[in-house]
Amino acid sequence: MTASTQIFRDSEADRRHRAKWWTSRIAIYGVLILWTIICLFPIYWTITTSFKMAPNVMKGNMIPWVDYQPAWLGWRSLGLSPDTIGEESTVRAEFMKRFMNSAIISVTSSALAVALGSLAAYGLSRFNYRFGFMKNSDISFFFLSQLILPPVVLALPFLVLYRELALLDTRVGLILLYTLSVLPIVIWIMRDQFGSIPTELEEAALVDGLSIWGAFATIILPIALPGMVAAFILSLVLTWNEYFFAALLTSTYANTLPVMVASQTGSQGISWWSMAALSFAAILPLIVIGVVLEKYIIKGMAAGAVK
Amino acid sequence: MSNGDLLHVVTNDNISDRRKLFGRALIWGTAALTLIVAVLQTMQVTGRAEFGFTDWRPTLYAFCTWTVALCWGQVLINGEHGKRTLFVLPAAIFVAALTIFPLLFGLVIAFSDWNLSSPTGRQFNGLDNIRQMWTDPFYWNALWNMVLYSLAILVEYAIAFGLALLLNAQIRARKFFRVAFLLPLMLSPVAVSWMIGKSMMEARYGPLARLARFFGVENPSFFSSPEIARATIMIMDAWTYIPFMMIMILAGLQAIPKELNEAAKVDGANGWRNFWEVTFPLMLPVSITAILIRIIFKLKLADIVINVTSGGPGGATDTVTSFIFREYRERSNVGYGTLLAFVYLVIIVIAMTLLMKLADRWTRPRT
Repeated sequence: MTASTQIFRDSEADRRHRAKWWTSRIAIYGVLILWTIICLFPIYWTITTSFKMAPNVMKGNMIPWVDYQPAWLGWRSLGLSPDTIGEESTVRAEFMKRFMNSAIISVTSSALAVALGSLAAYGLSRFNYRFGFMKNSDISFFFLSQLILPPVVLALPFLVLYRELALLDTRVGLILLYTLSVLPIVIWIMRDQFGSIPTELEEAALVDGLSIWGAFATIILPIALPGMVAAFILSLVLTWNEYFFAALLTSTYANTLPVMVASQTGSQGISWWSMAALSFAAILPLIVIGVVLEKYIIKGMAAGAVK
Repeated sequence: MSNGDLLHVVTNDNISDRRKLFGRALIWGTAALTLIVAVLQTMQVTGRAEFGFTDWRPTLYAFCTWTVALCWGQVLINGEHGKRTLFVLPAAIFVAALTIFPLLFGLVIAFSDWNLSSPTGRQFNGLDNIRQMWTDPFYWNALWNMVLYSLAILVEYAIAFGLALLLNAQIRARKFFRVAFLLPLMLSPVAVSWMIGKSMMEARYGPLARLARFFGVENPSFFSSPEIARATIMIMDAWTYIPFMMIMILAGLQAIPKELNEAAKVDGANGWRNFWEVTFPLMLPVSITAILIRIIFKLKLADIVINVTSGGPGGATDTVTSFIFREYRERSNVGYGTLLAFVYLVIIVIAMTLLMKLADRWTRPRT
């Protein structure tokens, strides 16, 4: 028995197979990493640019501490750097005001849309309605068809109406419109969610003496909660990022963050580093939401895809 | 189950006539109140009387009261059935009030000459707006651009499908890749238009311009010629929305039972045939849903265009929305803009109906 002779060895075919496996692995990870870079580089670029100074920008330095020394220039112009955070800053006050506007408007309208949408979706998934000539499928279509309605069709009539109603440049006005624009998506997601809950659950609850609304609130809502969270997060993303209506219908008081970012982009004098800081501050909340609540976002978007 | 509720409830409601009467009185009373307030306000606007209203808020409040009364009245009149109606009614009223009324109102505006900044106010001008639209090359150009932008969805779809396949394959760190791929969707298009359009594509210092120079492009500029500018906008929009299609397709892929692909493998199909003859046909319904939804979103595209190129060069990147936005901003002519939007809506409705019919035919199983 000699140790040098190998009894079992990979046949020629197996070895070719191994090589093929490795190339496919490398190709797969190569593409994945390439796309990751495509997705993340703009974000990285924005973060690093917000710490650059003019020469760094012109020389095209990329990596902090290696080819340039980070400075708080961009954040100082926003009043958010360590040495200015304690002081009064009009820019920061402005930024915080816009930020709060965005937060209030998007959270309120998403909550409103989820409330209205879940109720409607539940009703449509459980009962047969007849509003005049409209049956259940017509009502569903009526809600979902709002998705096709482009915002520009409503924009100018709303502009005139809001002017007459003194709702121009108010948060309430934007909240109403945003709720309208995300409602079809919420109904889409929630219809799917309620459809997957068996009706026996409520039947049991009704036999036990609960009313319909009682059964809905105590039995169904807790089960449907993940779907509601998904719908809420998705609405939050859409309303936080909305620009078109906000640009048309607000001017000084109820401006949202995207409008502020856009107005800064237009002005020539503004420097890259402060623009980068502003952009990054505007997208940061959603990056956090995206990383932490990714599961729900995917759930929400997948809801309509698979029947 | 076409008739009868999915959830059967036996109720015996004893609703007294007085309660019914009260409910009806409530609904009609508040309706009358709304009508009266509206008429009074109209009289003031037309100058027949003076009541001291400063805006139309009173009518709005009266209308809100009526909607509340309508919901409450349902329960009063119909008892248990009314409570069921209450699930759908608030949303229905909300949507109807916020779309149907503005749409009707918009129809009036569309046929008038109304410059918000001029003191003359609204004037009917019949079909003048349509005639102006007919000879407006920029509007037709914007419509044509929408067709081109929508065609770009096919490329987006191919990329999204590829990425979804990769994410569905046996890989490590799947969650990391999924989060990374999802992130562009979370970013505000306005911020994206600065981050990519204005800084990374900046001709002198932007990293993309440097990259282009590295590959031997003499004077990289992403927005000077119409074709390149349009392609750039397409790419930026694709960058934001590819994750959306990817997630939908990924969900579809995960719903395909593994046995099918294994069976195909046993039957001797290689990877390529396996994809074309098993995976792809099974994914057809999901793909079509994803593409249709993506088209709907694409037709609303505006923020990137407004912020990066504002339609230029020469209207080459204009979308209908951004064109109307500028039309309003520059001339504050509400009437013409509304007409353009309505024509756009009609075209969209026709096109989407056709597309859905076609999609229905494609996805129907061939027998």
